[in-house]
Amino acid sequence: MTSIDENSKEKLRSVSVDLNNDTSLIIDIPDALCEREKVKFTVHTKTTLSSFQKPEFSVPRQHEDFLWLHDTLVETEDYAGLIIPPAPPKPDFESPREKMHKLGEGEATMTKEEYTKMKQELEAEYLAVFKKTVQVHEVFLQRLSSHPVLSKDRNFQIFLEYDQDLSVRRKNAKEMFGGFFKNMVKSADEVLISGIKEVDEFFEQEKTFLLDYYSKIKDSTAKAEKMTRAHKNIADDYIHISATLNSISAEDSTANKKNLEKLSDLFEKLRKVEGRVASDQELKLTELLRYYMRDIQAAKDLLYRRARALADYENSNKALDKARLKSKDIPQAEEHQQQCLQKFDKLSESGKKELTSFKGRRVVAFRKNLIEMAELEIKHAKNNVTLLQGCIELLKGN
Amino acid sequence: MADTARDPPPEHTDFHELEDGEEDLFPEPTATEEESQPASLPAEDISTNSNGPKQDSLFDDDPEDLFAEATEEVSLDSPERDVLLSDGPSPAITPITPPTSVITPRIGHAHDDMFTRSSFDEIEEEEGGDSFDIHISVSDPEKVGDGMNAYMAYKVTTKTSMSLFKCSDFSVKRRFSDFLGLHSKLASKYLHIGYIVPPAPEKSIVGMTKVKVGKEDQSSNEFVEKRRSALERYLMRTVKHPILLKDPDVLQFLESSELPRAVSTQALSSAGLLRMVNKAADAVNKMTIKMNESDAWFEEKQQHFENLDVQLRKLHTSVESLVCHRKELSVNTAQFAKSAAMLGNSEDHTALSRALSQLAEVEEKIDQLHQDQANADFYLFSELLGDYVRLITAVKGVFDHRMKTWQKWQDSQMLLQKKREAEAKLQFTNKPDKLQQAKDEIKELEGKVQQGERDFEQISKIIRKEVSRFEKERVKDFKSIIIKYLESLVQTQQQLIKYWEAFLPEAKAIS
Repeated sequence: MTSIDENSKEKLRSVSVDLNNDTSLIIDIPDALCEREKVKFTVHTKTTLSSFQKPEFSVPRQHEDFLWLHDTLVETEDYAGLIIPPAPPKPDFESPREKMHKLGEGEATMTKEEYTKMKQELEAEYLAVFKKTVQVHEVFLQRLSSHPVLSKDRNFQIFLEYDQDLSVRRKNAKEMFGGFFKNMVKSADEVLISGIKEVDEFFEQEKTFLLDYYSKIKDSTAKAEKMTRAHKNIADDYIHISATLNSISAEDSTANKKNLEKLSDLFEKLRKVEGRVASDQELKLTELLRYYMRDIQAAKDLLYRRARALADYENSNKALDKARLKSKDIPQAEEHQQQCLQKFDKLSESGKKELTSFKGRRVVAFRKNLIEMAELEIKHAKNNVTLLQGCIELLKGN
Repeated sequence: MADTARDPPPEHTDFHELEDGEEDLFPEPTATEEESQPASLPAEDISTNSNGPKQDSLFDDDPEDLFAEATEEVSLDSPERDVLLSDGPSPAITPITPPTSVITPRIGHAHDDMFTRSSFDEIEEEEGGDSFDIHISVSDPEKVGDGMNAYMAYKVTTKTSMSLFKCSDFSVKRRFSDFLGLHSKLASKYLHIGYIVPPAPEKSIVGMTKVKVGKEDQSSNEFVEKRRSALERYLMRTVKHPILLKDPDVLQFLESSELPRAVSTQALSSAGLLRMVNKAADAVNKMTIKMNESDAWFEEKQQHFENLDVQLRKLHTSVESLVCHRKELSVNTAQFAKSAAMLGNSEDHTALSRALSQLAEVEEKIDQLHQDQANADFYLFSELLGDYVRLITAVKGVFDHRMKTWQKWQDSQMLLQKKREAEAKLQFTNKPDKLQQAKDEIKELEGKVQQGERDFEQISKIIRKEVSRFEKERVKDFKSIIIKYLESLVQTQQQLIKYWEAFLPEAKAIS
């Protein structure tokens, strides 16, 4: 069981601000257990709402349960006008696992100390991935709990409360396939969207903006990830350098021995700082970009749904005209047309609200993270300067 | 003496003098004179003239004057030097075939007897009035010529206050093969008697071809800069050596405006091939020599250098990896900067858009920082380690020469033993001339054995001093360069602070 203290959770949570403000429903994931491939989250709820059976309770959930919840929300017609918070990505331990494997293979080429340090680094990386996945699942639930409409969803309540295994209700193979098919249809919708003539200025702008922004932010996420990786590689190099300097100093019997020890020690400290630079950059920058990339996809989905409703409405108009021409089934056609119009209007209205608040949310989150990242970079650089200058003094003094 | 200088080969004269045994101090410097000066130098007084290994009796009196004389001699440019361009089996470019020990130190039977250097101790201790004050820089690489015959010419500038030199500030143009030629001469003169001669920078056929043929692109510029820096370090290390500094070849290299082309340094010349063969022969020899080490110091030091070699190579590899990753970071940061700029353009919230553009600018500046740091990683840290890996190979080579010297001595001893036994047998036969011959041979061999022992003691003594000088120098070198390197890291971090502190208000301005 890995407990993540409140402090670090607070830091991790900043991708989406203003969560858990409503004390009537507070959700968090205080514990998670990693069993081979599977991660078991403990979802803990505290509530004053009478719709729940108890004021406080916890349930174990798997990643697939979260996916199920997300998909049921997406498929709910009533929520078509809302931005459904993006589903948390699957826990991915592939990278540290692969590195651990490589480390095992290269064990013979390193000193025991070096190997231990590298292993420590990898374990820290494992832990970081773990923390990230917990955070991302937690934020998903908190987005739901702070949404005026979604927090009242029946399935959401079941997810939080149902104390047995949810797998019965989860997607079976057929449904999954259905889901896949739905994705195919969605991409056809993209073509549809671009083709549709937009009547509303606001939505026209949003469409243009979101489509463009999505591709840019996707690119930035990938590039930020590469930067972080390079920092991690440098931290690893520092480990090797420190270890070799240590070996050289061990065999040195002159006055130089102390200098070498100091230098080895310096590189060990530098690599810790470098590691933190990498992980902070990842959390504040890469994760921020990645989260909003997914969020923008969810916003795009809203636009698609609205565009589909518009298409439906236009089709219903055509059907009505046809019916009038043929003088057949006019009332049905009229009613159908009215329904489509209503649906479309409802989507447009709620969509506008959602997209506006989304922008606000995004701006606030970016601000918070960019400030924090800049502050952390400054902190780490100052730390480095102190370490380096300390070592230079010692070397000069000797 | 002057005449002997002009008539190759003078070996026999020298040998005779040596065989007398006692006065060998005098002839040997002369022999060295000849090996280090061309036949055609109108040496007025070679015996007092010594830019290489010196005679001791003269030095005690007035080191200053001797240096002055030496300088005069060295400055003479002789057109006849073209004779030096022999592609013969000599890595050194001297026309005279002096005692074979000089030309072919690697071909086993070196007559090292020429070089008892007891005199050197005194020289090093009393460096006269000259403190070490010389600074050499290699600069202004210039491409000369076209196509495959093109080469890079470098400006070698010497700034010094030492009286060893005529001027205090002067420069010459040299090409890479000139440096190799210099090293080759120094190596052939000094390595086998125990001096640690700094190795020259490595050749690179691929690198140079790119420069010759290619346009001015980044990788060939980097190659030239890498080479220029390496050549500078090489020269500084060479002149830091008190003996090498005074070598006429070194002085000529630094001062002489024209230098004959060192053809035999080409990898594919017959001299180059011979070098390769010799190296292989050496490796085999080393395996077969089993030396009875009576001196624990040597055993300990050899082990020490073996270990140091392994560790330095490992460290070098790690630092090379660091350079690579730092360069990667720089590239990735640049790419991110571009991407962030595009994102900023796309962003429709004005304040956030501006902040993202600012972020892009910061990251762009940071990518340059990383690039500069990668250069510091390389030129200060990585190249330092590379240099010392090569230097330690030279040190190990010097220990190997000591082993060979010992082997030679032992061989002479064994041969002497055999001859004595043979002589004893001959005593009982009635062959007076054979007996006499045997007796003569024995006498000769006794001299050789004595010389062998002296050589061995001498090289051991020199190595001890050299190793202690080397270790001192190494510690100093490392310390000063590492401090510089750490200071470069400090600078990078301080710049980072500046950049991020400038960005912070921009981020805060988002509303």
